[in-house]
Amino acid sequence: MDIKADICVVRFAELSTKGKNKKDFVRLLRKNINEAMRSFDGVKVVGSFDRIYVYLNGADDVLVLARLQQIFGISTISLAVKVEQDIEQMKDVAVALMKREPKSSFKVITRRADKTFGLVTDQINRALGTAILMNTEHVVDVHNPEIKVLVEVRPGEVYITVNTVQGAHGFPVGIQGKAMLLISGGIDSPVAGYLSNKRGIEVECVHFQSPPYTSQAALSKVMDLTRKMTAGQSEIRMHIVNFTDLQLQINHFIPESYRITIMRRMMIRIAQGLANNRKCKALITGECVGQVASQTLDSIQVISAVADLPILRPLVMFDKNDIIAIAEKIGTYDISIRPYEDCCTVFTPINPVTRPTLHKAEFYEKSFDFSPYVVECIEKAETVFVKYNEKRAEDTLF
Amino acid sequence: MQSIPDIYFDYASTAPIHHEVIEATHTLLPQFYANPDSLHTLGYQVGDLMRISREKIASLLHVMPQMVIFTGSATEANNMAIKGAAFKNQHKGKHCITTKIEHSSVLNTFKQLQEYFGFEVDYLDVDAFGVLSYDQLKQSLRKDTILVSIMAINNEIGTIADIEQIKKIVKSSSSAILHVDFVQMLGKYPIDLNRIDLATFSAHKIGGLKGSGLLIRNTQVELMPLISGGQQEYSLRGGTSNTLANITFAKALRIALEKMVSEFSRIKEINDYLRSELTLIPQLDILTPQSGSAYILAFSYPSIPSEIMMNALSQRKIYVSAHSTCTSQSAYSHVHLAIGLKEHAANGVIRLSFGDQTTMNQAHRFIEVFKEIVKNGY
Repeated sequence: MDIKADICVVRFAELSTKGKNKKDFVRLLRKNINEAMRSFDGVKVVGSFDRIYVYLNGADDVLVLARLQQIFGISTISLAVKVEQDIEQMKDVAVALMKREPKSSFKVITRRADKTFGLVTDQINRALGTAILMNTEHVVDVHNPEIKVLVEVRPGEVYITVNTVQGAHGFPVGIQGKAMLLISGGIDSPVAGYLSNKRGIEVECVHFQSPPYTSQAALSKVMDLTRKMTAGQSEIRMHIVNFTDLQLQINHFIPESYRITIMRRMMIRIAQGLANNRKCKALITGECVGQVASQTLDSIQVISAVADLPILRPLVMFDKNDIIAIAEKIGTYDISIRPYEDCCTVFTPINPVTRPTLHKAEFYEKSFDFSPYVVECIEKAETVFVKYNEKRAEDTLF
Repeated sequence: MQSIPDIYFDYASTAPIHHEVIEATHTLLPQFYANPDSLHTLGYQVGDLMRISREKIASLLHVMPQMVIFTGSATEANNMAIKGAAFKNQHKGKHCITTKIEHSSVLNTFKQLQEYFGFEVDYLDVDAFGVLSYDQLKQSLRKDTILVSIMAINNEIGTIADIEQIKKIVKSSSSAILHVDFVQMLGKYPIDLNRIDLATFSAHKIGGLKGSGLLIRNTQVELMPLISGGQQEYSLRGGTSNTLANITFAKALRIALEKMVSEFSRIKEINDYLRSELTLIPQLDILTPQSGSAYILAFSYPSIPSEIMMNALSQRKIYVSAHSTCTSQSAYSHVHLAIGLKEHAANGVIRLSFGDQTTMNQAHRFIEVFKEIVKNGY
């Protein structure tokens, strides 16, 4: 019997919300899946109340499955065969699917969403289990099966699968609206972006560059990092702020120990200006308490004081090793450790203050009117779009 | 008069450059000339392309990017591996093992180690098909053995070594570094670099540029640099990088691997045909074992010396080798003597080797021409 599993059954994650929220969740997830599937010819996405079905129509199942695993809001994905509500057909398909698997222990698990089907759950389990036992070498293990044969009886149709994989979980990107991520070339900010995406926040990125004190290489690195983040959010708007003039004024007017603190305050002001223009509801940073001088609790307090928008810090209590583990998982670590100076490190003072006070920070900022520079940074920010799997000119070289 | 097209049966020496690689050079040569280690934008752009190439090669070979070392040739990679590992590890012992049928870049490197640096080297025997004795390998391993170097596919007669078996023996009964020369296997057979410490590859045998080799190094294995200089290639090979060769290597490799499976069955069919036809010719002896590489067919025809045969074929626009092109100036091949060929037989050896532009029609024409030469004596 030539049977091909050609439908991905997508199950929703974290759907504790109900009513309209659920509708939004499903609508957005479907939209995100549709976008992600655009690069596969023929693939069709069909939604229902509690499942989304992705019809392969000849597309490569391994690639489609791998791509679906990057989409947030999905708990599990099964590569399934759709059959009619007919117990003989169901048995045939289950046996055919199991014949391809190496000898294992198995269990049949039926979910009967359509209660009008003639057989109850237990009868279906037994019928399919017996058919598999008689026609294959597999053995039953109801406690720790190596293969779970999932059977979903739905109105008018039945889905059978032996291959279920974990999704990325979380919420569909965009369900929470947008936030502005401050991205450097470091390890932390892309991880912060990834975790924000996972909670359903769509991100826009802002990067501060200070040419000629920072190089083209540093910017390319940030673009490469952002490109990696498009696995979860297929298009990211990136704002590139030219920070040099403002940075030089800071260096000129602010005492060395406070330069980093004031610089961070300026960055927050600029990011907030851009965020307001772009209707972002929050700022996101990769800050983590205690990592560096500018990330002590005192610093965080003084820096946050300039923000009216909430500043989300997904990594605030993480250990470095845990951050690195996520960075490695999402493929940004190797890019982050490329050795180019970024905006934060060039102007690093030798002895930055670790316990700044708001009073002093505000006092120093009064020594010069920085606001025109902040406004200029916001107005002259350059916007580029970074898209998933975008073809680049140099691709032809490889 | 219609001109006769060339028949190129010398892929084991070098392959024609793939047209996509040639196209890439047209972009690279005029635009990306900067030194990849320069810190300005032009330099960065070239460095970035080299980084991408390194990452792509790593991913195609299932290794980490930091394991990929660009060299100027496979010969250099072999030198770097053998001398580099021997010098760096000589405090642990000075005994090495290799076989009698290695490429000259391996054999002569070991001879140097013996003659000038006091190393002791065992050269394993092979049988009439070029197969080494795995028992002998096991028995030769000693406490002070620091390096074992064995080629995956012999370049002259096409014997395929059982690398899995070699891995098992070397890794279970010694702490020696294992180096494998994969030059004739790349893009032709699947390669598993797991548990191989040092592996040599070449670009120009798979449609890439000449002057381009690779050494894949398990980063646990330390090497002494043979060319001291700047920080290029992890300070293991100083000298401004050959960016053109290094960047295009990824493309050549990708293309070779993409068509590996379909090419294999095609080439195998051609090889089988040639083997069956040549077997019918009296006194002709096929040297490549049945289990050997499908891409190489070596035989000995003692009645006509190799040089005369090559000239006769060349006149008819068929291009072949006698034995390794790297030892083509010496009278007898060490490989042919190692598999026990008598001098008169070793004198009449021809090696055919195939690749992506080889066709069955060419094989038919070869047989036709070869029979004519056999009949006429020239």
